[in-house]
Amino acid sequence: MEQISLSHIAITAGILLILTGLWGILTQKNIIKMIIGFSLFDTGIHIVMVGVGYLEGKTAPILDEAVKVKEAAGEIVDPLPQAMVLTAIVIGIGITALMLAYALRLYQKRKTLDIQKFNDLKW
Amino acid sequence: MLKKIFTAAVLGVFALILVNTYGFMGPDQQLNEVATRYAEKGPEEVGAANLVTAVIVTYRGLDTLGEVTILFLTASIIGFFLKTKKEDIQTPVNIRKTSEILETASKIITPMIFLLGVYVFINGHLTPGGGFQGGAIVASGLVLMLLANPLKTVNHKIITVVESLSGFFFVVLGVMGLLLAGGFLDNTFIAPGRFGTLFSAGAIPVIYIFIGLKVGSELSGIVSNMQETQKEEI
Amino acid sequence: MIIKIIALILALAILLMAIIAVYNKKLVVAIVAAGVVSLFASVLYLLLSAPDVAMTEAAIGSGLSTVIFFYVLNKIRKNRKDHA
Repeated sequence: MEQISLSHIAITAGILLILTGLWGILTQKNIIKMIIGFSLFDTGIHIVMVGVGYLEGKTAPILDEAVKVKEAAGEIVDPLPQAMVLTAIVIGIGITALMLAYALRLYQKRKTLDIQKFNDLKW
Repeated sequence: MLKKIFTAAVLGVFALILVNTYGFMGPDQQLNEVATRYAEKGPEEVGAANLVTAVIVTYRGLDTLGEVTILFLTASIIGFFLKTKKEDIQTPVNIRKTSEILETASKIITPMIFLLGVYVFINGHLTPGGGFQGGAIVASGLVLMLLANPLKTVNHKIITVVESLSGFFFVVLGVMGLLLAGGFLDNTFIAPGRFGTLFSAGAIPVIYIFIGLKVGSELSGIVSNMQETQKEEI
Repeated sequence: MIIKIIALILALAILLMAIIAVYNKKLVVAIVAAGVVSLFASVLYLLLSAPDVAMTEAAIGSGLSTVIFFYVLNKIRKNRKDHA
């Protein structure tokens, strides 16, 4: 337990979550289930990125009474992955909502959500 | 059978790639060069106590501009797809009536949620939070309002006007940084003030207020478009 | 030490919920499980000293996106009832 760091736990969980999401996308036939798989994949990537930026025993990149400006560089975690994940989460909901809107309109057109019934381009 | 083998192969290859990168994804012992630069020079250059905010609004401000553009695009495509024709809307709509408790509580709580959202995006440079979180909180307040009164229609004109005006002012502030200070989205053209107080960090609070309004109105637009499909006949 | 144990439990809970979200036949259960994954992930972000990300994930991942999923699901169900 001593040699495993918090970011190892987070990165491993993130990788497994990515694989679970990909597995869902590949095996499920219901479109809504596939979109859930995409959102799991998304969350997994975010956990991996935040885990990479974490440093053992350091605190959040916010300077106040607890973290003095002078010795900030030795006490905080990397702020860059956090900033990127922050924007990625907001984009993620936009993309999820877009996929759901498509799914709703496809359902209203064809009365089914089974991906295998959508075979117009199959030769 | 062939499909299962194919799925397993794809998953296996993907897992192999991720496991191979595991070695250099592991944690460092100290901050890398870029992050050290941000930590050492950030407080005096930008003046924001929250370094994540400093990175989002100034150092990587162009990224944020691109990001809100993507969000705007998805919101407008969703609006285009889910547009309901007037004749499709049922009258009267057979939506289950909400409970008395939810209706009364939402009247009291919704303004507080909006206030919390505004607080979060004004204090983005001091405490955790900022435009994106505040915008999401404002949109969740709208969700509560729509759950309590499903028949209520959201005025899309207001959302569109707020969205485009805040986007416009965001770009204007960026260009003012270019003209009056060091570069696009440079925040020091407003006097930085005392570090750690509300009126500090130059233009960051102003920029973050516009980002918050923009994100909030975009997410509200998505939610209200989704809600309006509930009233369609088909 | 205690933080690592909490993180380990959270990671296991996230994976369990993810498997439920993919496997369960009922869409409602799957959507709620996906929301719970986001909620636990936001606690994990807090342990990884990323409060900004935790706030965003809690508000967006487990709040708004679950609501949007349910709006679409409700619409599809109502349709199915009308045509069956």
